[in-house]
Amino acid sequence: MTETISATPPLGAPPDRDTLLEVRDLRTYFRVLDGTVPAVDGVSFSVGRGKTIGIVGESGSGKSVTALTIMRLLDIPPAEIGAESEVWFDGREILRIPLNVMRKVRGKDMAMIFQEPLTSLNPVFTIGEQIAEQVRLHLKTSGREATDRSIEALRLVGIPSPESRIKQFPHEMSGGMRQRVMIAMALSCEPKLIIADEPTTALDVTIQAQILELLKAIQQRTGSALMLITHDLGVVAEMVDHVVVMYAGQVVEQGTVEEVLLDPRAPYTMGLLESIPSVEKRGGRLSVIKGVVPSPFNLPPACRFEPRCPYAWDLCHEEAPPLSRVGSADRLARCHLHTSAGDSRRGAALQQHIDAMRVGGTIRDAPA
Amino acid sequence: MTEMTTSTTPMAAGEPLVRVKGLKKHFPIHGGLLRRQVATVYAVDGVDFDVQPGEIFSLVGESGCGKTTLGRSLLRLVEPTAGTVTFRGRDVTGLPAGELRALRRKMQIIFQDPFGSLNPRMPISDIIGEGLLAQGLTDRKTRDSKVEDALETVGLRREYTRRYPHEFSGGQRQRIGIARALALEPEFVVCDEPVSALDVSIQSQVLNLLLDLRRDFNLTYLFISHNLSVVQYFSDRVGVMYLGRIVELGTVAELYRNARHPYTIALLSAIPEPDPRRRKKRLVLTGDVPSPVAPPPGCRFNTRCWLREKLGNPERCVTEEPELRVLQSGHQVACHFAEDVTSAAVVAVAASQPAIAPAASEPA
Repeated sequence: MTETISATPPLGAPPDRDTLLEVRDLRTYFRVLDGTVPAVDGVSFSVGRGKTIGIVGESGSGKSVTALTIMRLLDIPPAEIGAESEVWFDGREILRIPLNVMRKVRGKDMAMIFQEPLTSLNPVFTIGEQIAEQVRLHLKTSGREATDRSIEALRLVGIPSPESRIKQFPHEMSGGMRQRVMIAMALSCEPKLIIADEPTTALDVTIQAQILELLKAIQQRTGSALMLITHDLGVVAEMVDHVVVMYAGQVVEQGTVEEVLLDPRAPYTMGLLESIPSVEKRGGRLSVIKGVVPSPFNLPPACRFEPRCPYAWDLCHEEAPPLSRVGSADRLARCHLHTSAGDSRRGAALQQHIDAMRVGGTIRDAPA
Repeated sequence: MTEMTTSTTPMAAGEPLVRVKGLKKHFPIHGGLLRRQVATVYAVDGVDFDVQPGEIFSLVGESGCGKTTLGRSLLRLVEPTAGTVTFRGRDVTGLPAGELRALRRKMQIIFQDPFGSLNPRMPISDIIGEGLLAQGLTDRKTRDSKVEDALETVGLRREYTRRYPHEFSGGQRQRIGIARALALEPEFVVCDEPVSALDVSIQSQVLNLLLDLRRDFNLTYLFISHNLSVVQYFSDRVGVMYLGRIVELGTVAELYRNARHPYTIALLSAIPEPDPRRRKKRLVLTGDVPSPVAPPPGCRFNTRCWLREKLGNPERCVTEEPELRVLQSGHQVACHFAEDVTSAAVVAVAASQPAIAPAASEPA
């Protein structure tokens, strides 16, 4: 894993002290036989200390690659990171620091919880050994102290009789328990940022509720910031302060959770919300987003959502829309509806969304 | 698929299309040197319900509650251990193989996994045509035209018959799975988590398709899902399963507005809603679902029941298994103390829960 960002342009100014993580123009490409795949294509957002941000998108939107790039967990090559990309974490730029320095940040100040707890835990070590290893490495403690800390972390996530649990192997635990172990591991070094990638997707709904409540309580207690990656808008509504919606590698909408879910401005977000089944929509047809997510090898020429967009017009096929302000400074949407060219169409489009949320949809299901 | 055969025996009014009585499916666990049976998985353990013609009956529950096994034993894809399934008044469980095959034409299934359920080495024409061939349609030409009709019905192009599964997206594969079930012109379709593996925007396309097909071909669905929002939108009546049994059964309106089983209430409380104004204090169940190898004595839910705790742990819950009984509201519930469930009690229990509740211990 050798990586050099050649011809590095001078870094921008560091963000202010209240900002824990700032991602600027992040671009991650995968070079493969058939060409280059822009998995993440110019993504910017920031997370304040102790805040919660939700990264939302469907499969292939680039949300997980964004997290892996920030954590520097991608192999380079085949991945490539854009020369102008910057990630500022806790006052320093971390895309350019040597990997051995990054290893001291990762796991200590910045920890990740993965989707599948069974494959993320090592099956041949007890969970106690796995948590203690991390504590020993990062906090330079003795073995005894590390064990005590592991027990403490397990107790914090609500695992009963942790003294005996640390001697168990991952396969001896249920899915919910394993996810608790993953969280305990992430918390063991008291990180400033927890990145959780679909932490409850593999779990049943009652266990999901346990884990979400646990994450909330722990965040309150430790003051960590949380970056929650999910496709579930319900989980987002419950958990986060600020939302970033991604589609085909780009940010298409950003704002507070109330703004994005109750007053969405990007047609993709509007369509997603319309397509969720709810009791209000019973009896009517569900709105659908026609077609499928475009292949990263064959992205639409201008707006990436244009082929599926019910509001698209000629301009959307000719010119890529910018991420424009639709309110306060960090309330953004990527759509021509919100540029001056969309002035005459904006009102009708927003009204159409409001109508679709009230009764079943009006947009016809196109054959796939 | 323009002509639907309607040559089935007419039914008496009010008679259910499918009636399930006392259905059980137990799987033996073999172990030891002599591979003797050492334990039993009580996957489905005494289930009764009716499905009326034309309705969508849903089964909800968490993983391991037996909903998939139940769906499969209705079609005898797994042999039930005990109990009967009648379809249009005929007992399916006692049928010899030949007659079962004829009946399978009327009862079809759509599987959950759009990747695992289509043979990657078969072209679409064979995947969909296999059922037709098994039903004795040996003429290739007629079969192919039926396959093309089925593809068109589910919104795919007729030309796709020569393609292979890997050429399709997840949503399209699920359409192929639906076409396979529909090619036989069934009356009753078991939909086993048909949208769980799909992205939200694709999920709504498939749900709309299923609703259209029901209308166009007079289908009756048994819809199996763990997603309570989808079930609420999609179904007429719902049965909630826990550890191999139905614990509550009623219309969507009754169940979602006036749930009476403590488990149903906890399930409903756990759904995250995509509306930040409705952030609520959840009623969080402690612990995991017990193993179906050794279900708890008495009420199977007693190890996690918040209501039992609130009532001071009455003995009856561990000594006597509650049967499904009909409440005044008309829906059925299997709880000794269903009358003690009030919305005030639910709010009080939710409010008193500590933020970091210790997870109940599980058998190590």
